[in-house]
Amino acid sequence: MYSPQIVVEALLNGLMLGAIYALIALGLTLIYGVLHIVNFAHGALLTVAMFMVWLACARFGLDPYLAILFVAPAMFALGYALQRFIIGPASHGKDNGILLVTLGLSIIIENALLAAFQSDTRTITTDYSFRVVELGPLLLSFPRVVGFGVTIATTLLLWLVLHQTDIGKAIRAVAKEKLGASLVGISVPHVYAMTFAIGCACLAVAAGLLMPSFYVSPKTGAAFVLVAFTIVVLGGMGSIPGALIGGLLIGVVEAASSLFLGDSLGQIGIFLIFIVTLLVRPTGLFGARA
Amino acid sequence: MTKPRLTTLAIIVAALAVIPFAGLSGALLNLMILMMIIALAAQGWNILGGYAGLSSFGHAAFFGAGAYAMAVLQTRFGVNAWIALVIGIALGALVGAFIGFLSFRSGLKGSYFALITLAFAEVARIIANSWNFTGGAAGILIKLQTGLPYLQFSDRRYFLLITIGFVAIGLVVSWWLEHSRFGAYLVALRENEQAAQALGVDVFAVKMKAIAISGALTTAAGCLYAQNYLFIDANVAFGSWISIEALFAAIVGGSGTVLGPLIGAIVLLSLGELTKGVSHGIPGMDLMVFGVILVLSVAFSPNGLVMLMKSLGLRAPSKAKEA
Repeated sequence: MYSPQIVVEALLNGLMLGAIYALIALGLTLIYGVLHIVNFAHGALLTVAMFMVWLACARFGLDPYLAILFVAPAMFALGYALQRFIIGPASHGKDNGILLVTLGLSIIIENALLAAFQSDTRTITTDYSFRVVELGPLLLSFPRVVGFGVTIATTLLLWLVLHQTDIGKAIRAVAKEKLGASLVGISVPHVYAMTFAIGCACLAVAAGLLMPSFYVSPKTGAAFVLVAFTIVVLGGMGSIPGALIGGLLIGVVEAASSLFLGDSLGQIGIFLIFIVTLLVRPTGLFGARA
Repeated sequence: MTKPRLTTLAIIVAALAVIPFAGLSGALLNLMILMMIIALAAQGWNILGGYAGLSSFGHAAFFGAGAYAMAVLQTRFGVNAWIALVIGIALGALVGAFIGFLSFRSGLKGSYFALITLAFAEVARIIANSWNFTGGAAGILIKLQTGLPYLQFSDRRYFLLITIGFVAIGLVVSWWLEHSRFGAYLVALRENEQAAQALGVDVFAVKMKAIAISGALTTAAGCLYAQNYLFIDANVAFGSWISIEALFAAIVGGSGTVLGPLIGAIVLLSLGELTKGVSHGIPGMDLMVFGVILVLSVAFSPNGLVMLMKSLGLRAPSKAKEA
């Protein structure tokens, strides 16, 4: 039926795609950890980043990996502005308000993209889009190998930012004890906005890593965001190592279920993991008990 | 919070029931039918999301269950449309009990509840899309057979009357919630679940009843939708658009109020239609407007249009007195 080589190759490629999933989930879990809310606009913001990368490549002839250097600051600024000027004020700081405002934002963004770009799918072809890397007898997709490496590097960088910089320490302080942090002079709205900005910058990196081998359409983010929710829940909401390991795990599961069940039913494996995790251990693998 | 009287509701329903006979064009009749179907779905959402404070992002699970029950029962088993409608609604209550049993037993609330309902709807969509029994990706066509026994009418006004009848049932259910002990329990657990539990409210049982009623109402909307358009597929029946419209209508109109979902559905769909007209069919513009309205209403009128109107109405006389 399936030769061991095909199975191992599929699982390894899944693992590497999972790394990019993890990068998307990283921003989501960070925002959850600090604002204690699921950001429903995360998928739509990923789509925005992917369109930015696409524009940079299609219009200005930039390499998608190089485009990250320009798109990441743009997404950082966008994320900061969204949280500071729209999500924060509009939600009045209420959990249910944030949930609904981010849902509203996701619909605004998705449909604005639809109005601007129609529903066509757009791709970028680079000379390495279909290149493979030989690892002994195994053939691995080059964009996925790069994605894996960059994700690991980005996660380490994020870890350093959170533990070594002032803003990182402020973010962790607000996540643990909002009132206490504000009493010692930390501006909570600023920290919220910085968290959102960092989450969006992670999306820019993911977008740059995805574009050489993936397509973008206004609804692309919606497909990724449910996967990202699953990863965040599985890894434990707010846990960064959880997001990384959860992402890799989900990538492997998706590869396995697509290989054995076919593409259309393959996705169902992810949702079932999602539902079972929520029901059995809503705090996930690495989350603290709520 | 002021509660509307039953007579007020009767007047509103009577006014709605006159509209079909006011000489509307076919397009307007169709729009009103859709308004009533969305209003009914939103009334269902409101029982759980508005009164009990459990915001579902996946009410499409119910809507789709209704639409598929209607289509499958009629086309595959030759069941009469009215009987299919009754079975469909009962199925909706069961689906609600199933999702509720799993979610509430694990104590899911807030974002977690929103996410799991979304996941259930997606699982249903994927299954309906790939299973031969449900017509797969091609969907199901219901045979055109006009006449009261088939719940299909060549005169659109009669179908509109039936949808108005269901909205009226939704109004009465919500009115009953506002006046019953059960409704008070729901609000109590929305405001403070632990306190409600401490006072001896059986929180699990109350939530189970709420999700079953909520599911039944939204499922009825799905049944009517299938019977109106005579065609469904997985993306229409279980797609996120209906979860979003039900939630939007209830919140924009006023969640946790009797009239909110109805007013929200009328306002949203009118604005959506207006946008489509103004934007000359640029795709997505109407939904973009929905999104803007949702954000604005959370920002400026968190209690919805109903409460906004009431507070404006109450403020005016008191200002007059001061002057």
